[in-house]
Amino acid sequence: MSETTHAVEFRGISKRFGSIQANDSVDLYLDRGVIMSLLGENGSGKTTLMNMLAGIYFPDEGEILIDGKPVTIKSPADAFENKIGMIHQHFKLVDVFTAAENIVLGLKEQGKLDRKAISTRVKEIGDRYGFEIDPDKKIYEMSVSEKQTVEIIKVLYRGADILILDEPTAVLTPQETSKLFKILRAMRDDGKSIILITHKLNEVMEISDVVAVLRKGKYIGAVKTAETNEKELTEMMVGHKVSLNIERPDPVDPKPRLTVAGLTVRDSEGMVKLDDVGFIAYGGEILGIAGIAGSGQKELLESIAGLRHISKGSIIYTPEGKSPAELVGKTPMEIKDAGVSLAFVPEDRLGMGLVGGMGMTGNMMLRSWNKGKSIFVDTKGPEKLAEQVLVNLDVKTPGIDYPVRKLSGGNVQKVLVGREIAQAPSVLMSAYAVRGLDIHTSFTIYNMMTEEKMKGVAVIFVGEDLDVLLELCDKILVLCGGKVSGIVDARTTTKEEVGLLMTKLGGKEAN
Amino acid sequence: MSFNIIGLIKAAIINGTPLLFGTSGEILTEKSGNLNLGVEGLMFMGGAFGLMGAFLYGNAAGDSASGAVAVAISLLCSFGIGCIGSLIFSFLTITLRANQNVTGLALTIFGTGVGQFVGELMRIKVGGNVTISNALKAAFAEPILPAALQKIPVLGQILFSYNLFVYLGVIMALVMAWFMKKTRKGLFLAAVGESPATADAAGINVTRYRYLATVIGGGISAVGGMVYTMTIAGSVWNHSGLSGEGWVAVALVIFCLWRPINALWGSALFGALLILYLRLPIPFLPTQIYKIVPYIATALVLIMVSMRQRREDQPPQGLGLNYFREDR
Ligand SMILES: Nc1ncnc2c1ncn2[C@@H]1O[C@H](COP(=O)(O)OP(=O)(O)O)[C@@H](O)[C@H]1O
Ligand SMILES: [Mg+2]
Repeated sequence: MSETTHAVEFRGISKRFGSIQANDSVDLYLDRGVIMSLLGENGSGKTTLMNMLAGIYFPDEGEILIDGKPVTIKSPADAFENKIGMIHQHFKLVDVFTAAENIVLGLKEQGKLDRKAISTRVKEIGDRYGFEIDPDKKIYEMSVSEKQTVEIIKVLYRGADILILDEPTAVLTPQETSKLFKILRAMRDDGKSIILITHKLNEVMEISDVVAVLRKGKYIGAVKTAETNEKELTEMMVGHKVSLNIERPDPVDPKPRLTVAGLTVRDSEGMVKLDDVGFIAYGGEILGIAGIAGSGQKELLESIAGLRHISKGSIIYTPEGKSPAELVGKTPMEIKDAGVSLAFVPEDRLGMGLVGGMGMTGNMMLRSWNKGKSIFVDTKGPEKLAEQVLVNLDVKTPGIDYPVRKLSGGNVQKVLVGREIAQAPSVLMSAYAVRGLDIHTSFTIYNMMTEEKMKGVAVIFVGEDLDVLLELCDKILVLCGGKVSGIVDARTTTKEEVGLLMTKLGGKEAN
Repeated sequence: MSFNIIGLIKAAIINGTPLLFGTSGEILTEKSGNLNLGVEGLMFMGGAFGLMGAFLYGNAAGDSASGAVAVAISLLCSFGIGCIGSLIFSFLTITLRANQNVTGLALTIFGTGVGQFVGELMRIKVGGNVTISNALKAAFAEPILPAALQKIPVLGQILFSYNLFVYLGVIMALVMAWFMKKTRKGLFLAAVGESPATADAAGINVTRYRYLATVIGGGISAVGGMVYTMTIAGSVWNHSGLSGEGWVAVALVIFCLWRPINALWGSALFGALLILYLRLPIPFLPTQIYKIVPYIATALVLIMVSMRQRREDQPPQGLGLNYFREDR
């Protein structure tokens, strides 16, 4: 194949941020009408590489060729000129604008701003590729998948031929994901080149034609999807053999740790979010929580952590060797001090629990500032803790005092989860702890949960991936519309049974 | 009681006009995401340089001085010095990415200092009050519409009896409202203020928009200072006359929810509040109490807005934050 046929080609591209080598002499090409997956562990430089194509960053070294011609992409405007469009991991949309207003941002069209005409054209594009979109809806009223649709139309509106999608499926439901993939296929058949970043290997196998792998900023290689498998890809990513099995030792002497009964919680509008929820979480077991997004998972964990007003019900906490205590009515601080820990990973990782401008040490200190006896804060303890998390979870950072905001998304998450585990809690709750993490890191976190369980901790694990829940947990509680739909033994249940419980209360109707 | 409602409305509008300029200029600035707390300094400099322009021209031209030329010179001088002041602010915050609050406060200190210096220098040179001929004063402060219109009962006084700057201010605010609502550039400017990273990724030149909005906005604010000195203060330099005007203008920006259309009536309302102690004196109530009323009104609006929780009423999301593309 002659090289002029490549739609995009990177030649020896390098980029540094201070002391971090984000990309190291990357050579990579992509042809027309091809969907390429870009794989790599968190922090391996995928986003950075794509940002250089989109004009957000400028390479330190190397050149980029479009259709065989070297180009200089100094700004996003240059990228549009070369028909390159990127849908960023964190959406770049103005919340108070409508979809249509966001779509025309920055376009150098003449004449006055005719909102009607724009809306019509947006609808046309939507019809062509099978999007559903209301051009006059404000962004802040939209769901995540609607926002993503706006982002995609935004680049199509500019006539992009090369589309980059950075972890587009991380926050989508399975249904939304398959809808997106249908659209991507339609675009590929239209002759567009698509680069897709995702950590979900099943998606990689399903959608892409080729897979390119980055490791520690270096280009490792590209393979045809049809000629590879998940195991081989993981090894290319990580650089050594890995086993993708979750160990699940049998629980040793489980004891009731948290007894929840009749828990009813309403939100600020008075809507019932949890309805008469009851269960027992045992020390030495992992209790998985499954449910369609928004079935009350978040509310349940927050109620236990003392972050929500509880209308009715009781939460009895029985620490090892102590008498039971009622948690309802206690402040979040008292609950935390009693040993109930919450590692909640929201869609926006920096939104909850971490201060972006501080380093790892500072963020560790957020949990311990009120512990010491002297009037000065203790910095030694948090420093040691930070070192520990850094080593245990293999956080990629130049140092423990480097601002966490500058770490890649997955590494930010490791800091958050690692800190909660390091508190030596007796109840550890985590929600979406592996969201957006590469599979290697995900497995590290699963194993940490299991280690905690073996220490006698009651682990409550809210997950999105049913396969993982079935392999990792001892019991699975299924929520459906704020009610307990069923509690099943994870060793004997099936995906189908849990799926049914998720959609129908009690899962009975179908039997 | 000799309380005269028409007189109060008139006085409110005239006293509100410097605020209308000060506030509209700051709205333009803040729409771009720049929080320029130097309005007080800009208005001081505008007042001093506006008067100086007319004064020097009056001295040079003698009896043949034309009112229109004097007005034009004052406008140019105040607008120009406002642009220079906010250009310094822009360079420090946009190019060097200095903290906006600190830079703005520094500009206030700097601007009041420069304004005082110029004013006092003129006073020492003249050896008394710095002022301009009555003919020139009239060009600034007298009504400009035909007397016939002003004679219409009630409406004539309320609508047609003002000096040039009142009408200029209304036109300026209307043009600004139209620009922000109806034009592409206005939409892009709002995007820059809401989310510079989004605007940048969409191919909008964030730096250019921020510079232009801040510099022009600063110029407009400074014109407000000139309007105060030349109309309300009677074209005489008074070293404390302008003090506080700029801060009220900044509060008014919040009161108006960043909309120039609201500045039209908001400035008149604040204008009324500023002179209430003259018009509606309550025995034993110190005038200082009156002076805090505008700030109380602003606080009330903030409370109402936060209770209603409408996204459109919030300040630009990027307000006060500097932008650098390669930042995370
Ligand atoms: N703007 C930036 N400033 C400083 N460091 C950065 C910046 N962008 C990326 N990095 C660093 O570069 C490395 C690669 O990051 P990234 O490209 O986001 O990885 P990935 O997308 O593969 O997870 C990380 O170590 C990250 O901390
Ligand atoms: Mg990334």
